[in-house]
Amino acid sequence: MSNVPADLSYTKSHEWVRTLGDGTVEVGITDHAQHALGDLVFVEVPDAGRTVKADEACAVVESVKAASDVYAPIAGQITAGNPRLAAEPEVVNTDPYGEGWLMRLKPAAGALAAAALLSAADYQKVLDTEGG
Amino acid sequence: MAFIPHTEADVAAMLAAIGVARIEDLFDEIPPELRVKSLVGVPEALNEMEIGRLMAERARSDGITLSFLGAGAYEHHIPAAVWAITTRGEFYSAYTPYQAEASQGTLQLIYEFQSMMARLTGMEVANASMYDGASATAEAALMAVRANRRSKSARILVPLTLHPHYRRVAVTTAANQGVKFEEVPYGAQEGVTLPEALARYETEDITALMVAQPNFFGRLEDVDALTDWAHARGILVIAVVNPTAAALLKPPGEWGARGADIAVGEGQPLGVPLSSGGPYFGFMATRMEYVRQMPGRIVGRTLDAAGKEGFTLTLQAREQHIRRAKATSNICTNQGLLMTAATIYLSLLGPQGLVRTAAMAHARTRELVAALTRVPGVRTAFNGPYFHETVLQLDRPVAPVLKALGSRGILGGLDLGTYYPELGNALLVCATETKTSADIDRYRGALTDALQGARAA
Repeated sequence: MSNVPADLSYTKSHEWVRTLGDGTVEVGITDHAQHALGDLVFVEVPDAGRTVKADEACAVVESVKAASDVYAPIAGQITAGNPRLAAEPEVVNTDPYGEGWLMRLKPAAGALAAAALLSAADYQKVLDTEGG
Repeated sequence: MAFIPHTEADVAAMLAAIGVARIEDLFDEIPPELRVKSLVGVPEALNEMEIGRLMAERARSDGITLSFLGAGAYEHHIPAAVWAITTRGEFYSAYTPYQAEASQGTLQLIYEFQSMMARLTGMEVANASMYDGASATAEAALMAVRANRRSKSARILVPLTLHPHYRRVAVTTAANQGVKFEEVPYGAQEGVTLPEALARYETEDITALMVAQPNFFGRLEDVDALTDWAHARGILVIAVVNPTAAALLKPPGEWGARGADIAVGEGQPLGVPLSSGGPYFGFMATRMEYVRQMPGRIVGRTLDAAGKEGFTLTLQAREQHIRRAKATSNICTNQGLLMTAATIYLSLLGPQGLVRTAAMAHARTRELVAALTRVPGVRTAFNGPYFHETVLQLDRPVAPVLKALGSRGILGGLDLGTYYPELGNALLVCATETKTSADIDRYRGALTDALQGARAA
């Protein structure tokens, strides 16, 4: 049974979104996603300053058996990629909702409202349908 | 299980199952005008005895030539042991085997090859080989576009001193993937890429600069200055090097203050015989920080569950079978047999042997140039140092001179007119350690006669 914190928003492609106090959001991959990938050996995060469209591939998580794109849940500008992951990709496995965040971004005007994010309960339904 | 997959009855049963009368009908969506009715110009099949005889006759008509032709493929002495070992059953495979880890010996050999190429190029990591020098160069261009995250332009500067075939293959491979190649002219006196030719790109967004060492004219580029110029502007450097020369010259990993970012080249000089353009093999090496952008297979050394050393394919998440459309390349194997020959060749020569081979090739070329420029009507086209090739300027068209030399069993070099018409009557000549002073004297004599003959006519 995957951990799905109630205070976060989610996407069908298994990203989570946390709204930070300063108007930016933090994005990572869910506990379910990290478990499905297995031990991560490499994470590529976007550079600060990059503008991304919603659903644009902007990070890569690579395990010993698979590599997967991570999509921007919301259009906006990247304010930070998690610098720690270059040397310690396994943090995404051990703390997917905390130290294992992938990127922070400042949503474009109106983008946060426009984004079709899921509540924790709805994301749990997605997992239940997928057999997760 | 029978290994005759399709008997007529099988075929009839399958056709019946899908409701098609004849196999031909499966192709009816291809318009008739696109169908080839018969293969024009392809003769009827010959049996083995007949084809053997035909080929023996063709081989005889080639004769035995004394070759001073280089231009990307080089005649070197290959110790007999190289191919005796390479063609042993244990090694005799064209590619990385499937279920690669079951073939530990093959993987160990690939690992040794990678280590040797990394040493030779002065780079941190090398792959298990590419198809040839040209395709490795094209792959390096694509890799540079992925690796240089600062640059958004996908523009690559390609000096005209890079092998013309490599330039064409790079354009064919990468142009449709949005990579733009910009040709950089060379100094007419020097035959190398000059800083002033790069000045116009000073403030532009450029992804990578290619640097050939030695270049197609055999000349040595100022690799330190070119590398530092590029790095000062956030431009990656792709070194395209001759592996024999790399033993003698400063390796790409030591160019300029930071070293080149990607090193590629044609591996043929390392134990692969000249053979009508191939099969040869390419090599590619890079910095560790770019390894995930590198195409091709990579073998790593590891420990198994029992703590014993073993070899394994590694970083496969870059590759097509895992990464699908976003793989670093659609090359998902290597030139196994030729890379095997190269590894054995390098093992037999050792570092000092390769240095001596390179030094001898250079010395023979100097001797050749000294001999040929004594012939009236012959001078060198460019000033400055060269490795084992150089451009001569003749006082008349090159083609008839090469023909006259050919009638005396001498392959005199490459007429550069097709590739570089601006150079006029330019002839690219090469001598390796395989040429003796007597060979060079024979060329000088034949060239003297050919030019006198042309003058008389």
